[in-house]
Amino acid sequence: MTEQRVVRVASGQGFWGDWLEAPRRQVEGGDVDYLMLDYLAEVTMSILQKQKERDPNLGYARDFVGAIESVLPAVAERGVRVIANAGGVNPPGCAAAIRAVAQKRGVSEKVRIGVVTGDDLLPRLDELIAQGHALANMETGEPLSTVRDRVLSANAYIGSTPIIEALAKDANIVITGRSTDTALTMAPLRHEFAWGSEDWDKLAAGIVAGHIIECGAQCSGGNCLVDWQNIPDLANVGYPIVEGHADGTFVIYKHPKTGGVISVPSVSEQLVYEMGDPRSYITPDVVADFTTIHLEQAGENRVRVFGIKGRPPTDKLKVSIAYRAGFKAVGTLVYAWPDAYPKAQLADRVLRERLDRLGLKFDHILTEFVGVSATHGRLAGESHDPPEVQLRFGVRGGDKAAVERFTRELAPLVLNGPPSVTGFAGGRPKVEEIVAYWPALVDKTVVQTKVEIQ
Amino acid sequence: MTRIRLLDIAHARSGDKGDTANVGLIALQPQWYDLLREYVTLPAVEAHFKGVIDGPVERYELPNLKALNFLLHGALDGGGTLSLKTDAQGKVYSTAMLRMEIDVPDDAAKRLGVPGYKKQWPAYTRSPKE
Repeated sequence: MTEQRVVRVASGQGFWGDWLEAPRRQVEGGDVDYLMLDYLAEVTMSILQKQKERDPNLGYARDFVGAIESVLPAVAERGVRVIANAGGVNPPGCAAAIRAVAQKRGVSEKVRIGVVTGDDLLPRLDELIAQGHALANMETGEPLSTVRDRVLSANAYIGSTPIIEALAKDANIVITGRSTDTALTMAPLRHEFAWGSEDWDKLAAGIVAGHIIECGAQCSGGNCLVDWQNIPDLANVGYPIVEGHADGTFVIYKHPKTGGVISVPSVSEQLVYEMGDPRSYITPDVVADFTTIHLEQAGENRVRVFGIKGRPPTDKLKVSIAYRAGFKAVGTLVYAWPDAYPKAQLADRVLRERLDRLGLKFDHILTEFVGVSATHGRLAGESHDPPEVQLRFGVRGGDKAAVERFTRELAPLVLNGPPSVTGFAGGRPKVEEIVAYWPALVDKTVVQTKVEIQ
Repeated sequence: MTRIRLLDIAHARSGDKGDTANVGLIALQPQWYDLLREYVTLPAVEAHFKGVIDGPVERYELPNLKALNFLLHGALDGGGTLSLKTDAQGKVYSTAMLRMEIDVPDDAAKRLGVPGYKKQWPAYTRSPKE
């Protein structure tokens, strides 16, 4: 009988900003054991760090509080356990907010929160640099010291081990900071099936399961190109669920009476999403080989995944660092037929000449013609006098005043530039501070995670 | 030779990592993977994206998934929050890849039942309502 045992991990959120309905639908649509919520993208940590600077109680994904409130009955009454990297740069603050909502709903005594910390390296950065950790940019090779004074946040990507520790201590809501997206799914499978820390193939299978469901509906019909016209009932799309087995094989499925599709093609599209070298999908726990994955349609909206191989991880952890990198602004105007494209091109030339005469210096200016070539460049081919073209003009630079001045140069074109222009009702473009991403590696030994049960 | 547009024999998804876009290209029918592997070569993809991206291209094969993966470096105007592009996250490089055309010997095209320019969805998804 034990071999038949399955563990069901449901994906309820693919990024901060995903469908607010999804977590509740996942716990109400059928039986699941775990609800996994992924909130963190590359730049999310820096946004959260800025919020924490304004208010030390913040710095976590606030959507998570509403999500927990919507699933509390399932957590308190049916034993569904929640794992989320919603803690951002303040997992204890996030835990306090969750505790408050559990109290408000009268189920506080049934909620045991596991708080995972230790990924935040910001307070230790100078110490690490002094010890000889260059934290060099993985893309450019530059040492972190070149932007040290502009760093906003620095977090190591941590793996499944602290999450498992929290589960072993009977936490039913586990909140982490910068856990890898995939660990949120692999950890409960590893915990339930007691996979060893060197069961490389099974750990890799857990990682692949995590990769498939970490973007929510993107494997179950959302953003799916294959046969997109016929994907049923996207308004009611079902988010994916992993049905895991002790041997490391698993099935991806969704609740009955939901829309979308789970097929070999839909899962394949998600597997290749954001893929690097497929032989080496590196995580803190294991290196998964995506070329070993086998997929098989195992029924309607069920895809079986098997054959996955893994190997030992490296002795490094990836670090996500965010730093201030100047300012940018992007504005748009719409030019109408006839000759919409040449009119937009003329406006672009006029604008560039005016910025030049003002002596404004930017690191970069980019013009796009939406409706002609914005997304595919020259591959888009010839345009035949389209009904309208959007001129999209962006500048970037270290001089905030110059970027600010640019935002005042766009609207005048409506009256003093080429004709048939509209679409300026949104007002001046906003000046945004750029918080850029600096990926680096650090020795595993310098990161010690901590688990606290509240 | 038969000219085939990738849109008619493959589907794709793309994403980002820094200033690099990746495009996963997946055969619509398993038997068409050999065409992708043979004709969607590194030089062909470099030529396809010439002038669209600033950096080199890497190519990987995933025979089990009937897929190829391409890394397009320097594709995102700096990438992430630095980018001024509409497609700063490289989400639609997927369909830019599917614009590519390959020339396949007539007998291979016939034997594998490739659709040429006629749109055809794979047998293992549902057939479209025309």
